[in-house]
Amino acid sequence: MIIETVKQQLQGLFPASPEAAPAVGGVDTQEGQKVEKGGKETPRVDGIIERNYAERGYHLDIQLAPDQLLAAVGILFDCGFFIETITGVDWIKDQQIEAVYDFSRYDFDLCRVVIRTRTPRSQPVLPTITGTYTGANWHERETHDFFGIVFQGHPHLIPLLLPEDADFHPLLKDFKA
Amino acid sequence: MNEPVVLQPDETFVLNVGPQHPATHGVLRVKMTMDGEYIYDAETVIGYIHRMHEKMAENRTYTQYLPNLSRLDYLSAMAYCHGYVLAVEKAAAIEVPERAEYIRAITVEMNRISSHLVWFGAFVMDLGGFSPLMYAFDDREQILDLLEGVTGSRLTYCYFRFGGLYNDIDDDFITGTRQFIKRMRKALKMYRNLVTNNIILMTRLKEIGPISVDLCQRYGATGPVARGSGINYDVRRNEAYSVYPEFDFDVPVFTEGDSYARYNVRMEEMEQSLRIIEQGLDKLPDGPVNPEKKIKTVKLPPGDYYTAVEAGRGSFGIRIVSDGDKSPYRLKLRSPTYSNMHLFDEACRGMLIADALAFMGSLDLVIPEMDR
Repeated sequence: MIIETVKQQLQGLFPASPEAAPAVGGVDTQEGQKVEKGGKETPRVDGIIERNYAERGYHLDIQLAPDQLLAAVGILFDCGFFIETITGVDWIKDQQIEAVYDFSRYDFDLCRVVIRTRTPRSQPVLPTITGTYTGANWHERETHDFFGIVFQGHPHLIPLLLPEDADFHPLLKDFKA
Repeated sequence: MNEPVVLQPDETFVLNVGPQHPATHGVLRVKMTMDGEYIYDAETVIGYIHRMHEKMAENRTYTQYLPNLSRLDYLSAMAYCHGYVLAVEKAAAIEVPERAEYIRAITVEMNRISSHLVWFGAFVMDLGGFSPLMYAFDDREQILDLLEGVTGSRLTYCYFRFGGLYNDIDDDFITGTRQFIKRMRKALKMYRNLVTNNIILMTRLKEIGPISVDLCQRYGATGPVARGSGINYDVRRNEAYSVYPEFDFDVPVFTEGDSYARYNVRMEEMEQSLRIIEQGLDKLPDGPVNPEKKIKTVKLPPGDYYTAVEAGRGSFGIRIVSDGDKSPYRLKLRSPTYSNMHLFDEACRGMLIADALAFMGSLDLVIPEMDR
């Protein structure tokens, strides 16, 4: 099963420290249910959570620090995942912007992986993954359009969907037209 | 035709294809750096009809957002609505009557055929054959009439509701659809003899615009584009949503990776969709099409949900981030054409411009869906 392989490889990114211990390999549905009832999705500790696919639509939910992003994406690429999409979520209460990366597989070993990483809202900067997935180019430009996240190392970070002189980011929660 | 071309980067000029160009079938612009007739580099410029559907979602309730979905891909709108209602139903745990789910699958497949027919007509017209378009639109007209009878609209359907449908189908629809299946099977045979096996078409498409598996993986290509490159991936089967596991259908896959392979994938998909519709009508269970208890306000439990369906052009995904309110906190639309078109820039390098336009047609673009 690819889920186990990927989980094992990604686990290497989270060295077990005493405080991080519960987050690493966080127990699957129990965690999901706790989140559901508590009604509070965020913030949570970095780590891997196995989600109930029938309920959430994905299997692995990984939250990590921006500097772990490239390593994690590289692991997924080597395991044969294709890039589904990249997007952002503006958590204005936490003063953070979350970038969400979706990956899936072409074969029958169904496994959808979500990678999340957070960056401060005042200065959102993340590394680009265009070096691994060339197709991330447009997705990152779109995320830059909508949220203002600067993808460092991106070859061509100009507005894609918005007008070429756009200096606003419409999906930020405090955006006023 | 296929000899490797040595490009001379110091003798290039820029050619603007679009934003208004008949071959782009919409407001799409490609900035091509040309070396004579050969493309040295290309940059696709999109966003001319960007409407910010994702922001609209944050400003209205889940129900109010229903009509937006059919404004993305106006050619296979049904599949997009299907994805959205499935996403909300999954998150809110709404039960759907079996009959409603069967009717959804039937109408989605009919819409898929009508979408492929538009592509077929327009694509062959791009290549210089005008008459297939007239035949394709004649067949498509039958589907539009049938769907108009039950949904009330011809293109921008808003037929699905959370937990069911706007209304049930009637006998006219069932007999009409059965007649259409017969008619379409005959038409597909004619298309095969007249167009698919046509030597001119083959010469124009074979070995033009090869897409490798690696390219698909790096760009996230899905749908007929991926299946034309030998990737056996169809969300209907790989994730088995709705009532698709009940149907016996094949997923056509061609390994050549060229434009002709993508052409063949879509032509065979129409036959498979006919099979699904036929089985759906045979197995159609009796019963209500809406839940007994009327659904008034839809609220999703807080969380992050992802749903994918196979639309006419590939895997359409919806991510809903809910904070428990009656409108989504964030809604992301993952459109298949966006990823499929993105690989054009890399794949068209070194191609003749006439071939590149044939290649672009084989990607089956719908611009409003790409720009959202």
